[in-house]
Amino acid sequence: MNTLIYGLITGILFGFLLQRGSVLRYDKQLGALRFIDMTIVKFMFSTVMVGMVGVYLLKDQGIATLSVKPTILGAVIPGGLIFGIGWGLLGYCPGTSVGALAEGRWDGLWGVLGMLAGAALYAEAYPQLKKTLLTWGDFGKITLPQALGISHWVIIPLFIAGGLYMFYWFEKKGL
Amino acid sequence: MNSTTPRDRCFWNPYLAGALSGLVLIASVGFAGKFFGASTTFVRSTGMIEKIFSAERVSRMDYFMKEAPIVDWQWMFVIGIFFGASIAAKISDTYRLQALPDMWRGRFGDSIPKRACAAFIGGVIAMFGARLADGCPSGHGLSGSAQLAVSGFIALICFFIGGVVMARIIYRGRDGQ
Repeated sequence: MNTLIYGLITGILFGFLLQRGSVLRYDKQLGALRFIDMTIVKFMFSTVMVGMVGVYLLKDQGIATLSVKPTILGAVIPGGLIFGIGWGLLGYCPGTSVGALAEGRWDGLWGVLGMLAGAALYAEAYPQLKKTLLTWGDFGKITLPQALGISHWVIIPLFIAGGLYMFYWFEKKGL
Repeated sequence: MNSTTPRDRCFWNPYLAGALSGLVLIASVGFAGKFFGASTTFVRSTGMIEKIFSAERVSRMDYFMKEAPIVDWQWMFVIGIFFGASIAAKISDTYRLQALPDMWRGRFGDSIPKRACAAFIGGVIAMFGARLADGCPSGHGLSGSAQLAVSGFIALICFFIGGVVMARIIYRGRDGQ
């Protein structure tokens, strides 16, 4: 029960920030995909850059464990590309379609309905995919520090420096 | 398109909102041991809907055994996004009932069915892809990348490649407008 309440509270906070950051909008999502308004990329990378420091601090203290998804190239590459094609058409991702609906942009509803149908379709295709794509190029649950054999405290500052440089570039270009 | 419109000023700086989301992610991992994600919730919800019509069939399907049609942390998280975004829109007076995004209208006109078809089909494709990739921009993009997961970075790159290609097709010849 506590877990469910944590989920609700976390979702409310995240939804609040998504709305305040103006990322729940088709124009912002397509703006990034057309390289004319990088708002959503600024939001995402800020979350990731702050998140990775805290997550790895918690991990090093033994307070939290990572929950890494396996790297299965046969699934993540085509799946990611297919997702992107659908995302470009819809203009919302799963979380933001729900949020867009909440702020009155109700074309998000078509997206939510489509995504429920897409989930049903995937459930039908799963037995076949499980034997094929989902077995190709399976590297297990690996992280970048493990794959490269270097400390995460080397990679995190490099990632943050790269992110900050990207932000600087966005601002310089007025994106 | 790039210039700051009056309505943009009603919103927060995306770096600030994003960084605060990072703190929410850290707190969630610390207190509840849960990372953000959204797309599995659509699978569980679809399972719940299909169960109404054929409970017996759903109970035999592999994917609904893997992702059971139940309410879990992430399901509540997605419901929470709806309430959080509603609250934020109300208190900042940025709630706008809008059937068609401005950019879409500029390209395709005022037809609601046209937008409904594109958005629905886009949703079907996006969710199929997200389930194959085992995550969406929340699960892979935010949570995966924050954990420095190789799968998260690959997924994020592929999401953008697919999205940029589709955006090019849709808005061909209209760059920068």
